[in-house]
Parts: sequence; C-alpha cells; structure tokens
Amino acid sequence: MTGSIARLKRHPAAPWAGAAIVALALLALPFALAAVGTAWVRITNLAILFVFLSLGLNIVVGFAGLLDLGYVAFYAVGAYVYALLASPHFGIHWPFWAILPLGAAVAALFGVLIGAPTLKLRGDYLAIVTLGFGEIVRIFLNNLSQPVNITNGPQGIARIDPFRLGGIDFSKSDNFLGLSFSGPIKYYYLLLAVLLAVIFINVRLQNSRIGRAWEAIREDEIAARAMGIDTTRVKLLAFSMGATFGGVAGGMFSAIQGFVSPESFVLVESIMVVSMVVLGGMGNVWGVILGAVLLSFVPEILRFTVEPAQKQLFGRMIIEPEVIRMLIFGFALVLVMTLRPGGLWPSTVRKRELAERRP
Amino acid sequence: MDIFIQQVINGLTLGAVYAMVALGYTMVYGIIQLINFAHGEVVMIGAMVAFSVIGALAPSGLPPLAIVLVAAGCAIPVCMLVGYAMERLAYRPLRGAPRLAPLITAIGVSIILQHLAMMIWSRNPLAFPQIIKVESYHFAGATITSVQIAILAISLAMMAGLAALVYRTRLGTAMRATAHNPQVAGLMGIDANRIIALTFVIGAALAAVAGVMVASYYGIAHYAMGSQLGLKAFCAAVLGGIGNIPGAMLGGVLLGVVEALGAGYIGDLTGNVFGSNYQDVFAFIVLIAVLVLRPSGLLGERVGDRA
Repeated sequence: MTGSIARLKRHPAAPWAGAAIVALALLALPFALAAVGTAWVRITNLAILFVFLSLGLNIVVGFAGLLDLGYVAFYAVGAYVYALLASPHFGIHWPFWAILPLGAAVAALFGVLIGAPTLKLRGDYLAIVTLGFGEIVRIFLNNLSQPVNITNGPQGIARIDPFRLGGIDFSKSDNFLGLSFSGPIKYYYLLLAVLLAVIFINVRLQNSRIGRAWEAIREDEIAARAMGIDTTRVKLLAFSMGATFGGVAGGMFSAIQGFVSPESFVLVESIMVVSMVVLGGMGNVWGVILGAVLLSFVPEILRFTVEPAQKQLFGRMIIEPEVIRMLIFGFALVLVMTLRPGGLWPSTVRKRELAERRP
Repeated sequence: MDIFIQQVINGLTLGAVYAMVALGYTMVYGIIQLINFAHGEVVMIGAMVAFSVIGALAPSGLPPLAIVLVAAGCAIPVCMLVGYAMERLAYRPLRGAPRLAPLITAIGVSIILQHLAMMIWSRNPLAFPQIIKVESYHFAGATITSVQIAILAISLAMMAGLAALVYRTRLGTAMRATAHNPQVAGLMGIDANRIIALTFVIGAALAAVAGVMVASYYGIAHYAMGSQLGLKAFCAAVLGGIGNIPGAMLGGVLLGVVEALGAGYIGDLTGNVFGSNYQDVFAFIVLIAVLVLRPSGLLGERVGDRA
C-alpha cells in the first residue's frame, strides 16, 4: 500500500493532480460551509482578508526583516478611503474598481510618509514609530468628526456600498447554473481570485532582484550596502509595498462588512497579524498563509467550544474566549521565537539565519 | 499666565512619572540594546497590586499613609519578580539571536501580562482608592495638590538614589562596564547575565513606584494603562538619548511639560480645530521629530553603527 503511494508521488503528473484536488476543494468549500451555516462563510472570508494582511506584512517583516507594529493603520486607511467614497456619508458612490487602487495608493503614500524619516534608523525604532503611527491614525479617525465631519468619529461609517460588477451585486443572492450563490459566497470567490493573484505576486517578489535585496538587508544591512544596494530606498519599497496590500485588504473589508469604525483598527489587530506571520514562519509565503488561517479560526472555534464548556462545567463564564485568544497570541509569539524561531513552516533561508547565533 | 504655570506644574508631575518609566527602558537598552516592550505592563501590574492591597487594608483602620506605603511595598517586589521572570524566560534564551527575535517575544510578553491582568482584575477601569485626603495649595494663581508634591518628591528621591547606585557603587560600575562591552566586562569577572537580570529588576522596581503614583494621580487603574504610558515613556527615553540615564530623566520631564502645554494651548493655537483630545499625539510627534533631527537624542552620543 505505502509502496503504491510512493510510486504515485513520483508520477510526473502528481503535482498537477495535487493542485487540482486543492482547487476543487477550495471551489466546493463555501457550499460545504454554507450547509453548516452562512456565518462560517463570512468567517472564512475574513480569514482570507487576514491572509492578505499577513502576506502584506510578510513583505515587511519576513522578506525585509523590519518590524511594523502599526500595520493595521494601512488597513484602516484603505478601509476609510473606500468607506468615504462609496457610502451615503458624503453621498459619493464610486465603483469599487476605481476606489481600490486609490485606497492602495493612499496607503502606500502613508507608508512612504512614515517610512522615509525612520527607515534610515535602526530597526527597533521603526517598530516603535509604526506602533505610534498606528495609534495616531486611530486617534485621528476617532476625532476627525469635528469641526468638519470627515470620519464620523467613533460611530463610524455605515451603509457602505457592496461591490457591484456589471449586473452582479455582491450583497444579494443570485442563481447561477442551478446553484444559489449568496452574497458571502460570491465574495468568497472574488477573494479567492484576488488571493491567487496576491500569492503569485508574493512568490514572484521573493525570487526577484528586489526580493534578494530585501533578503540581503535582512541578513546584514551593512554588507548589503557594501554590495551596492540602496538600503533606504529598498526598505522604503518593502514598507510601501506592504502598505499597499494593507490598503487593498482594507477596501475589501469595508465593502464586505458594509460598516467601518475605529474599533476595527486597534493595536490588537496589528499584533494579531504579526502573530500570524511569526507563527506561520516569517519569510515563507505558505507558512504565513497557514499561520493566518490557523489564527483566524482559533477565536471562532474557541467561541463554539470554550463558552459552552465553561457554562457546563462552572455554570458561568470564568475566562472569556477573548482573553484565551489573546493569551494564545501572546504565547504563540514567545514560544515560537524561543523554541522554533522559523515558525511552523519555516523558509529555508530564514531557518538558516535564525539557527545561527551571533556571539 | 496662570494657565501656563498650571500646565507646567501638571506637566512636571506627569513628566516625573514618564522619567521613572523611561529609566527602565533606557537602562535595559543601554545594556542589551533591547526595547523592552513589556515594560509598560510592569507599571500596570504595580498599580494593580497596589489597588488590591489598598482595597484589602482600607477597612482595617490603619493610618492611610501606612496603607499606601504597604501597598507600594507589596507592588515593588511583585514587579521585580515579573521583571526577572520576563528576562529569564523571554529574553535570555534569545541572547545573540537576530534583533527581531527578542522584540517579538517582548510584544508577546506584553500581551500575556495585559490579559492575565484582565483576568485577575476585570476588564473595566478600576477606581483607585484615594484614601489619603488630597490637599490643594494655591500660589501665583495656580493650584498644586499634595499628590503632585508627593509624586515630584518621591521621583526626585528615587532618581537621585538610582544615580548614586549607578555612578557610586561597585554594582553600578559593573552595570556600566557591561553596557559598554559585555565581553570585556565578562573577562573582568563580571557575570553579565546577573547584571542584566539586576537591570531588569531595578527598572521594574522604578516602574512599580511609577505605577502606584500614576494610579493615585488619575484615580484610575486599568489593565491596558501600561501600554500607552510605556510608549510615551519610551518616547521620553529616545528624546533624552536612549541608553543614557540622565537623558531619560530629562526626556521624561520635557515630554511631560510639552504634552501638558500642548494640550493646554492646542485649542487656542488652531482656532479649536484640534482639541486636547489630541494630547496623546504629541509624544509621537516629538519622537518622530527627534528621530529625524537628532536620532541620538538630547544627551546621547552619536553612534556609528546604524544597522
């Protein structure tokens, strides 16, 4: 039996067959989930958004080795750009294909603005400055409701337009080929398509000239500079490229949720994305995806297990699932870094680098 | 003018607290070039422990001053223990690893401490019992409370004590030697790991006192109070020149005053477009300005190695 499996694995068509199975599973997934409950399709959509965010942050943290703790700020920028240009708040209703690139560009601009003064400095300063930047963006979102009401303050912006493409409205159900496609399922397929593009970009980036420059900087910045790499420019590129991904993910988040408020863009979200990247394996695209999927589903699974279990055992909630979730993130960061610094699925280069200890 | 004096007094009080916390950042940074993200959480734990002790002792009829002293006396060793455990479990295993590694564990430790505190002391802000009657004194049109005077006096005394420790004792010499060059210090018979652990413990003790002070000043303790305070104290440390002990003291006080004056005058200066709700932004503006204009801070030495 094992022998025949090994023979199958060696077959030249094996990778294609594997890919086909994965593709079929991904295509069928939303219908299987919808059978359990539409909520799970929504949860999966959010998980895919977190995969985007993690892949974007992976460019900064994993490829270039810069710690960005305010990544959610770019997500917020993208989300608010979409919300302001496609909602009754200002009465502007642009189509999504016009806003998403704009949101990405604005996020990238913010990335350059915050990166330019700090990227010349040591990496740890960047961590703090980005952390502060994330907080500043949130404070502004909360307070820019007066004297001119731009962000509507803590109440946030509601009734944001969904994606509309031709006659297809992504918030409504459609029948197609005898199957009923609900709103979340349509978003799922859209997200899946974008996800493939994002993964493709990331893999290509990693093996490109610029990807190798990032790797060189991460391993030894002084040596990289000696090799003729314009380190500040290349780091800025990583930073703004990561910001771009954040901006796109933010725009999609806005459309899918139909509502944004500063609540969604707190520091915890940034740390969550960092945890996903670290747990999965910094620098490895597939590892990061694994980390993001794992940590996105953990809170949902906790909600369905820990709550009833505690109610059954003690008659009331003793530890809220929210707390357990955060403790899992915290311990994931500490334990992964001390015990398995490459993450669950380490990239080969990163593993080599982290295993080697400087005196 | 009255507002000016008042804001300077408030700023000095807040600045004294920042300075105490900033010292913890700067000492650790000076010795192992690590930004100890979780330092702010130590401040929070100090405040929380003091909250519990005061709450437990308040009905006992002891004199209020004694209760507060006992509370601080409990908070300090607890925080020292937390500081030691943090160094031992999260940072020491990563000595010599790439820079990013301990920075990431530091964030992890910070989240763990915050949420453990949330489990123990609830997620809601706690009213910090103000059992000592607060007196107010008026002069030159401004008001200063007994709490503010106490904060200023205690932090001055503790900073003087720290300066004496670092610059006058054998331990202090060992700390400075380790900060300067751990390998050579090791050759001279200094146990670098012990010195590093001690640095964390001393920083944590200062943080505990800062926690008790800030909680009594605002009358509130909250599980998330540490992160913002820590962030600002870090800004203060950078402003003074990170790794530099007098710099942290100066930076803390300056940042406190800048923040208080900024919050007091921003409304007038911008025609009420921006209000005092932007107070928290000043620290970061100061931080970014310092990093752009003078990355080594006010009192720091210029360092060649930027990588």
